[in-house]
Amino acid sequence: MSKAAIRNAVFPLLGVAVIVIAWQIYTQAFAISRIVLPSPLDILKASAANWDVLLRQSWPTFLESVLGFLLAVVIGIPFAVCVASSRILNLTFYPILIATQSIPKVAIAPIILVWFGLGMQSKLVIAFLVAFFPIVVDTAAGIRATPPGLLELARSLRASPLQIFLKIQFPAALPFIFAGAKVAVTLAVIGAVIGEFVGSVNGLGNLLLSANSQLDSPLAWAALVWLSVLGILLFAAVAVAERIVMPWSDTARH
Amino acid sequence: MAAAALKDANNGAAASPGSFPFGHFKNVHQSFAQAGRAPLVAIENITFDLAAGRLVTLLGPSGCGKTTFLKIVGGLMSASSGTIQINGRDVREPQPDFGVVFQQANLMPWRTVLANVLFPMEILGRNDAAAKLAAKELLALVGLEGFEQSYPSQLSGGMQQRVALCRALIHKPKLLLMDEPFGALDELTRMEMQDLLLDIRRKTGATVMFVTHSISEAVYISDDIIVFSKRPAVVADHIAVGLPYPRTSEMRYRAEFTALEHRAGRALGITR
Repeated sequence: MSKAAIRNAVFPLLGVAVIVIAWQIYTQAFAISRIVLPSPLDILKASAANWDVLLRQSWPTFLESVLGFLLAVVIGIPFAVCVASSRILNLTFYPILIATQSIPKVAIAPIILVWFGLGMQSKLVIAFLVAFFPIVVDTAAGIRATPPGLLELARSLRASPLQIFLKIQFPAALPFIFAGAKVAVTLAVIGAVIGEFVGSVNGLGNLLLSANSQLDSPLAWAALVWLSVLGILLFAAVAVAERIVMPWSDTARH
Repeated sequence: MAAAALKDANNGAAASPGSFPFGHFKNVHQSFAQAGRAPLVAIENITFDLAAGRLVTLLGPSGCGKTTFLKIVGGLMSASSGTIQINGRDVREPQPDFGVVFQQANLMPWRTVLANVLFPMEILGRNDAAAKLAAKELLALVGLEGFEQSYPSQLSGGMQQRVALCRALIHKPKLLLMDEPFGALDELTRMEMQDLLLDIRRKTGATVMFVTHSISEAVYISDDIIVFSKRPAVVADHIAVGLPYPRTSEMRYRAEFTALEHRAGRALGITR
């Protein structure tokens, strides 16, 4: 590992360590009730004691987030392509998209539960709805930001619209698409948890709520930590995919 | 070997001039409509002929319409009126058998150097093993051997422009259109690229139309210089350079060279 790589790994960990230690000292020094604020050690103990429950409850939340995110990618990218390449489609659908985006997702979650039930489907739909917007907006921006010089080059060779899209516009939009996907994947986890809060039979959000109602704060916090780890892992997966799909951006950095 | 193959494919244009000139431009006029105002006349009247295998430079001040004229010749823009003929045929739309080099290298950052050079062949559906070999030979010709698998971001500006030159040549174009291709490069790289262009021209026999606003660049590389006046453009002078090839940097200090620069400067109205 290079000096820079070590530095890039050490300092974020140091930041976390400082907060965790300060937190531990604070809860012990002031004898804070573990119901109000469990110490990091309490959370760690709860996490270790309930690791099988946490792992089992992570699975549905993981599936809801990932499937909702993938659905947003599969539907969002073609939608953005249509909106970015046709003035008429843009005028017809873009205002609706903005309008739906301004509806708070927490507010429509109960309605979606009525439509899709207490199972996984309703959470998947909510995750999809929150992930859809950043993917569409960034993909459309990326396609519009295609360097005009490349389009002129393609025109000079009389490239077909399909060739121009596949060989120029889409690859040119990839950095934007991945920027949108990174935002979307973390939002998808939030969407899934909102769904679980409103009504569910399992998932980390469900576990968090039930632990909270039993005043088992260490377990509720443990569920919260697992949720953020889940979000970080999904974000990292998208970042890895970005490096694999766009090797050129990696070489640009070094 | 690469050069011979390229020359053959150039339709023997340089060797056998037909009854008509290779390029024929007559009374080319371009004006743009402006809302609520009189139309903007970019090109008043440009008339000249271009013989096959020649390197002609369009020299003029910034914004004089020389780039517009180059785009018209390339079929990327249509003229308001006038005759634009290449090989006796009217040019009305982009011509895939022309090569274009822009001021910016315009490489695709997601493609390797080799894949960038092969881009025209992909579009034209001729991306075979022979094309790959030709691309490698062209890259070697411009001194980029060993950089085939590099990405553009790993290259300097001069190297990127060399890749762009290879890309413009890969499909053996009848006419190479160059729009201030060395304008963004530093002086030394620019002189190197001028020599490289002349070397490639000698090896491929390509006909070249080159836009610049540098008087010394125009005199150094050209067979002919068409001096554009300020907008609306007319031909202010048509200079047959007449210096022998290969040109060398020492020539820049010769009396004939400076006399030609002086003549171009007078046509541009910057010296008396």
